[in-house]
Amino acid sequence: MKKGRVWRYGDSVNTDVIFPGKYTYSIQEPKEMAAHALEDLDPQFSKKVRPGDVIVAGSNFGCGSSREQAATCLKYAGLQAVIAKSFARIFFRNAINQGLPVIQSPQAVENIANGEEIAIDFTRGKIKTKTKSFNFEPLPDYILKILEAGGLIAYVKKKLKNTNRSRTK
Amino acid sequence: MGKTFTEKILSLKAGRDVKAGDIVTVSPDYILSHDNSAAIIQEFKKLGLAKMRWPQKVVIVLDHVVPASSEKYALNHKIIRQFVAAQKIKNFFDISRGICHQVFFEEGFALPGKLILGADSHTTLAGALGAFAAGIGRSEVAALWATDEIWLKVPPTIKIEIEGKIPDGVYAKDIILHIIGQEGADRANYRSVEFWGKTAKEMSLSSRLVLANMAAEMGAKNAFFAPDNKTEQWLSGRARSDFQPIIPDPEADYEDILRYDISQLDPQVACPHRVDNVCPISEVEGLKFDQAVIGTCTNGRAEDLEVAAKLLKGKNIHPGVRVIIIPASCLVYLQALQAGWLEDLSKAGCLILNPGCGPCLGAHEGVLAPGEVALSTANRNFRGRMGSREAEIYLASPATVAASSLEGKITDPRKYL
Repeated sequence: MKKGRVWRYGDSVNTDVIFPGKYTYSIQEPKEMAAHALEDLDPQFSKKVRPGDVIVAGSNFGCGSSREQAATCLKYAGLQAVIAKSFARIFFRNAINQGLPVIQSPQAVENIANGEEIAIDFTRGKIKTKTKSFNFEPLPDYILKILEAGGLIAYVKKKLKNTNRSRTK
Repeated sequence: MGKTFTEKILSLKAGRDVKAGDIVTVSPDYILSHDNSAAIIQEFKKLGLAKMRWPQKVVIVLDHVVPASSEKYALNHKIIRQFVAAQKIKNFFDISRGICHQVFFEEGFALPGKLILGADSHTTLAGALGAFAAGIGRSEVAALWATDEIWLKVPPTIKIEIEGKIPDGVYAKDIILHIIGQEGADRANYRSVEFWGKTAKEMSLSSRLVLANMAAEMGAKNAFFAPDNKTEQWLSGRARSDFQPIIPDPEADYEDILRYDISQLDPQVACPHRVDNVCPISEVEGLKFDQAVIGTCTNGRAEDLEVAAKLLKGKNIHPGVRVIIIPASCLVYLQALQAGWLEDLSKAGCLILNPGCGPCLGAHEGVLAPGEVALSTANRNFRGRMGSREAEIYLASPATVAASSLEGKITDPRKYL
């Protein structure tokens, strides 16, 4: 289990503060997207985030626009997951499709502090801090498969290849 | 127990009996995207397929930054045009046509009983005609182009019954802002919303579009209005394909039923930086602002421009404010031109821009400087949305924005009726 530090945020962190609309059609490189991640909420985030870090936030995380870069920029900023009380539905899908695990756990959100070090076991559904442990319902199989493939495009590519192979047999 | 609209249509599309909570694999009737098609093309190309499955299902409208404001945007548009030609996509609408949701509606793709998915959160708008219409992400659209398949969770449904005579000076925008303010921005997250009640039934199609559009701001996956003779009339000679309306069962199993009597409602305003931060206009009356915007997929239609034009005709906007008018489509533009509304607005001192998303998402045509305040008919007021993160956005109806433009401060439109 990879360890990471926690970045705490509140409720309704929307896609405009995660990835501003003014960049949505001008920035296409994921690494460049990551440099603007959370720019309008926490200008320090993209400068100080480290691989494996985790965002822990309140309810309705990712509400607003359908822009997938909101998930892409967090993934390429190096986050291993986002834990929230709840997620906006399009963001939830986008995150999985970008290979960024999303965990719904109000209990963990209530009890984890900013800067705390945590580790996550995705298949068993466990979040661990130095002193505490929280359970969450592991993501269903079909979602884990997309995450394991590294996102929807990689997953579909694999699936298309398999269908073609079985067709030519 | 009977079925909600969403349970019914997803059962039909999945070819089996499903209810809220089930997961279905379905194939959409239409797939909508806009300037983000360039990014979708990039993803689609990674899949290694030469051709998309069903180019006839694909609808692409350039609207977000039109005409291109920089070389990068211009290149995006060029990539899309080349792809459209190569894939033989017939339903392509270039920069002069209008905002994708409005064009989708005007061109007869928004049809009762159709399953519509779009790479934009406000795709929900098409639900005003009885379609199942939901926003999805870019990767999902690329995957749909390739496979024609997507998984969806069947959401539970909230029924919203709207009753009462709409008071003078109060409009669809005030009603939906009020509901969002009362219920919260995540009230309908992972859920469908059905709008019912006598008032909803009496609303014009344009007004229904406002509610369905802004259902996204409650988190809704899709919104629904029962198609009726107004829907039928609009679609006559316009529908792109045969369609079969789907109506929920009378005894459908709703998660919740909300009732709103709007007969005493005042004009409403959503304050920074949340769409559910809503108050009656009296609480913010007199607040000064720098820029007004009347337009967007929420409130850029003929009935919106008409209200604004009638209110501003023969008067002058306050010298301290800039007022930007953006018709939602070229058809709206033409109608407003022929009716003389554009002339009235222009003479009053407003700036008339080309149809498109304009400054709504902060990309061009009127972004805000630090410390500036905007009053807009759009659907979002998030921090940084229209430019500077130090700017503030208030949301209101076209009548409120027009009346306020006369005084340079937030003003109750009933004063000018």
